[in-house]
Amino acid sequence: MDRIPILKFGNTLLVTIQVDMHDRLATALEEDLTAKIVAHTARGVLIDISALEIVDSFMGRMLDNIAAVSRILDADTVVVGMRPAVAITLVELGLSLTGVKTALNVERGMALIHSRLAESEADDADDED
Amino acid sequence: MPTTKTERLDIKASDDVVRVRQLTRAYALEVGLSLVDQTKVITASSELARNTLDYGGGGEVTVELVEQGGRRGVRLTFDDKGPGIVDIEQALKDGFTSGKGMGLGLGGAKRLCNDFSIASKPGEGTKVMIARWK
Repeated sequence: MDRIPILKFGNTLLVTIQVDMHDRLATALEEDLTAKIVAHTARGVLIDISALEIVDSFMGRMLDNIAAVSRILDADTVVVGMRPAVAITLVELGLSLTGVKTALNVERGMALIHSRLAESEADDADDED
Repeated sequence: MPTTKTERLDIKASDDVVRVRQLTRAYALEVGLSLVDQTKVITASSELARNTLDYGGGGEVTVELVEQGGRRGVRLTFDDKGPGIVDIEQALKDGFTSGKGMGLGLGGAKRLCNDFSIASKPGEGTKVMIARWK
């Protein structure tokens, strides 16, 4: 079966969804990402959906699930590159992706992950004092 | 209303949902829908194709390029011979689901289109029609 590649970049996992995903592929991505967060002790997950022409309720739920699971595993998920028409459609569909952090592009998404990491490291340092 | 072009697709596996989206996209482009309207009707087609597969046990879709009063539109009719829907009003409510979904499919698809109609008989199947006009 096809798989969506997951790249490791420092302590962040990068996923660029470039195909029109069928549901099994989306489910496989959810499982693969969860396994890789643990295997690489990743602290961030960046999902680039700029190539996706639509996000329907199934894909939306997958993004929500990935964000929720990664949070439990101590990693932050940021979804980047959502097309404006996709955002309009998602809201009208009734999905507001409240559990998912988003950024306009990969650069801002990485910055968001790094700033949160820096924050949590600062907290850890405070605790040690 | 006259139909100027039509195509039919089986919906039997999750790959077919992708095919329905692609066919809908091709028709939406041909009609000349705006990018937002294309996205809406493709998303609606995806929701309904998945419903046909997951709840109707598979079925088919007919995609049509239609014309009425000088307007062009894309119309999709999803047909399954599944268990049918007992309470359509309830099925249209957001959050209602008999399965593993979020319960946004039917109501969401209705909101994303200009025309929507549904006919269902318990034990006989369900037919859902949507249209989006330019």
